[in-house]
Amino acid sequence: MRFLRRFLARLKNFATGRRDDKRLREEMEEHLARQTEENLRAGMNVEEARRQAVMKFGGVGTVREDYHAEQGLPFFENLLQDSRFAIRMLAKSPGFTAIAVLTMALGIGATTAIFSLVDATLLHPLPYPHPEELVRIEDDLPGAGATDAGISIPEFKDLQRSGIFQYVVLEIFGSANLTGVSQPSRMQYEGVSPAYFAMLGVKPELGQTFDPQDQTPGFTLDVVISDGLWKRAFGSDPHIVGRSLRGDNDLYRVIGVMPPGFRDPGRTMGERNTEQWAALGFSDDPARSPNRSLRLPLETVGRLKPGVTVAAAQSQLDALVASLREQFSDDYPADSKWTVRLVPLKENVVGNVRQSLILLLGAVALVLLIGCVNVANLLLARASARSREMAVRQALGAARMRLVRQLLTESLLLSLLGGVAGLVILFCMKGFLLRLIPESLPRLSDLSINWTVMLFALAASIAAGVIFGLAPARQAGRLNLTTTLRVEGRGSKGSMEQTRTRRVLVVTEFALSLVLMVAAGLLLRSFWDLYKAPLGFSPQHVMSVQLWLPSPNDPKTDIYGTAAQEAVFARELLRRSRLLPGVQEAALGAEPSIPLRHDGNRSALMVEGRQTQSKQTPLVERSQVTPEYFHLLEIPVLRGRLFNDGDDENAPLVAVINQAMAETYWRGEDPLGKRLKLGAGRAGVGQRASKTWVTIVGVIADARIESLADASVPQVYLSLYQETPKELAIFLRGDLNVSAIPEEVRAMVQSVNPELPVYGAQTLNDAVTASLEQRRFSMDIVAAFAVTALLLAALGIYGVISYIVSERTREIGIRLALGAQSRNIMSMVLREGLSLAIAGAAVGLICAVIVAHLMAGLLYGVLPTDPLTFAGVALLLIGVALLACYIPARRAIRVDPLVALRHE
Amino acid sequence: MTEKADVLQGTLALMALKTLDVLGPLHGYGIARRIEQISGDLLAVNQGTLYPVLLRLEQEGAISSEWGASQNNRRARFYRLTRSGRKLLETETRDWEQTAAIIARFFALKAEDLT
Repeated sequence: MRFLRRFLARLKNFATGRRDDKRLREEMEEHLARQTEENLRAGMNVEEARRQAVMKFGGVGTVREDYHAEQGLPFFENLLQDSRFAIRMLAKSPGFTAIAVLTMALGIGATTAIFSLVDATLLHPLPYPHPEELVRIEDDLPGAGATDAGISIPEFKDLQRSGIFQYVVLEIFGSANLTGVSQPSRMQYEGVSPAYFAMLGVKPELGQTFDPQDQTPGFTLDVVISDGLWKRAFGSDPHIVGRSLRGDNDLYRVIGVMPPGFRDPGRTMGERNTEQWAALGFSDDPARSPNRSLRLPLETVGRLKPGVTVAAAQSQLDALVASLREQFSDDYPADSKWTVRLVPLKENVVGNVRQSLILLLGAVALVLLIGCVNVANLLLARASARSREMAVRQALGAARMRLVRQLLTESLLLSLLGGVAGLVILFCMKGFLLRLIPESLPRLSDLSINWTVMLFALAASIAAGVIFGLAPARQAGRLNLTTTLRVEGRGSKGSMEQTRTRRVLVVTEFALSLVLMVAAGLLLRSFWDLYKAPLGFSPQHVMSVQLWLPSPNDPKTDIYGTAAQEAVFARELLRRSRLLPGVQEAALGAEPSIPLRHDGNRSALMVEGRQTQSKQTPLVERSQVTPEYFHLLEIPVLRGRLFNDGDDENAPLVAVINQAMAETYWRGEDPLGKRLKLGAGRAGVGQRASKTWVTIVGVIADARIESLADASVPQVYLSLYQETPKELAIFLRGDLNVSAIPEEVRAMVQSVNPELPVYGAQTLNDAVTASLEQRRFSMDIVAAFAVTALLLAALGIYGVISYIVSERTREIGIRLALGAQSRNIMSMVLREGLSLAIAGAAVGLICAVIVAHLMAGLLYGVLPTDPLTFAGVALLLIGVALLACYIPARRAIRVDPLVALRHE
Repeated sequence: MTEKADVLQGTLALMALKTLDVLGPLHGYGIARRIEQISGDLLAVNQGTLYPVLLRLEQEGAISSEWGASQNNRRARFYRLTRSGRKLLETETRDWEQTAAIIARFFALKAEDLT
């Protein structure tokens, strides 16, 4: 209370600028008069009495200063005074101010931009209440070599009853044809346990969501739709609740619309873009099975009880799993080693981009640091010009601390101006920058410049200001008055120490740039290797277009219900596709056969004769294609044969596997003639191969269909006519008109069936490019930062060398006068620069080795210690340094000895 | 400002408050005189340091001041303890006594007390 009162009183005086000197003077006068009187009474003479009184009173100056300090707020008064002075100083040299502010603006702006990305993805990845409680639950079968192997329905019930979770929810993703609205289209849907929305803790924008206690078996016919679908398909109809829509010909009723920002915390972009949620009881078809070892391709997400850590929940879960394994030893053979793993949901969303983003943040921080070093260098140059001013002020009695504070105020002002300018630039370029960010970057939270980001920018500005302000401030604090004043009188500049500091700064700058450039170089090489990696298939002149055959819940309305029905449709589709303009070859495949989709379609694999080893089975990538597929993509057959037209719905089931699969499951054996079964895939597709043995008839070469970075993912292909998929892809090769094809294919498909949506037309070259997008993004940005860093470093070394040259003009003049060759002078200056650059490169190489090892996970096909990159970057850096030194060196040899000597 | 000066200021403030409490309203010189009389050399030099302390106490609301006339018809600024100042004095006195008592006990400490 007292402090507040005192503070308010001081603040009032400070704000009103009141300086009550009169009162103190009067009081002092009065005090001295009385003391003098007293002294007189004690027998002193008048003069002595007055003198003694003044002595006893003490230093008037100190008292007055203390009194004034008490009256106002000296800290702020000084700050205000310093700021005013700093503004005047900066305004006096607009060129310097502009360069410094611009450097800082770029540094802080870039850092803030990257931070806002980090803020939206890493720091706030889950826009749900209490996100730390949300976990993904994954079942592993290490014995069978399977991770995230799916869950069985009894296990799900066990989890619900375990008491570890508030909610456990099963999810199944798919897409469906949306009809009953203006234009048939395809939408992403998600079947979820009714507790889904309660678990995520998000309320609908309109209407309601599912009742978490709902126990209806099978699908309910109520759906919740996303804000996007509401706008896209229903024109933001405010009376949407109660309206119906058709998904795969089934009639659903809309009961709610989610708010605009709501997204599913899925693992892939497709999952996150879910547009419709249907409640699924998972207690009846299609999830009826009471069989523990039948793992369904479902995703499990749970919310932990409040206050329970993931580690604690995991240990409770381990105990539960141990007791279940004992209780149902038939279903959980010891060699499968069934375990259940909790993964924080956040991890699941951001896990694979964390490293890239941290790399970006690190890179931008380095650029900012280099910017700081540059500005520090500029400030030092100025400080040397101002050292006389500082010395004079100190000689006149200014405290060193005050001078240091004043210099720091100047640099803080610079960096704050830079920060503000940076934010302004950021705001202006927001739209442009947002477009640079790859779609595939998982961000559930919206990217925005919010308070956290602003606060970060402020903190970065202050930190930068202090960092680059320290060097000149330290120097001012250590100024030697006598030498400075004496030397300054003779008009020379700067001291040895100042030059040393500037050299250290340049070396730092070079080291930092080298680190950045090595990082960029390694990323570039990885990208290049990946780009140049043999695909194993030929994407040239190939387009893929997708369509989706409805699979209504009512089998009577399904006109593509049997393999025979769909095979007829498929053949017709192929026949008409070949007639499209420019098409030379056409093939059909299931959606997973489209290269580089990154959304795997794994099925449980059972190999004949091996099922006795373990009931728990591994999973493999599976797809279905027509015979033309392999020829169209130019994937060669290695052994056996490919599909042919005889492998139709009436013939025995056959499969083609890739080399990686043969290596994995039949190492040293001949896979041809071996038989396997595949568990049901998504949405009940692929029922036949799970009941009947499939014979392997051929082995194809490995192709990077599944992932660009991994050529050897085991894959199995079935004949499309034998195992008909619902998600179809049409592949066309030929001299295609890329912009016309989507419409032509749509017309062609809808001439067969007008209810079918056609979507996702792309060239395979685009698909390859897109799958490099994220890498490309981080590579581009790091490369841009590295170039910036290199430029700044070059500027820095240029500045220092020019400074040294101008400082030594006299010396150079004497040397020339005494007969030195200009060659000698040139090499003297260049050697100076070279030694700085080499020192910087040496320090940088050591740091770069450490950084390169930290980013090993982001590299592909290149060692973190790639000698070529390291050597190349170091040479480039030194070359640029020499170039930057060449300009002042030329100036040095042009020194006219007469002018130089006279000038001095 | 050094720590010692802080202690001195705090002590001075307390002494000024106590003086005003015992003697009623006084001018700066009067307070300085009393403190000098009682404390000996604390204010034998640097009497002036009292004034910033008085200003601080006034800004904290512990004392108030106004111009008045003293005995020999001279104008002087008289300081007077306020209610919150009296309360402050009470708590400060208590704190001080407590601290002093503890310190005194430590000073009286002998090795055998701790065995």
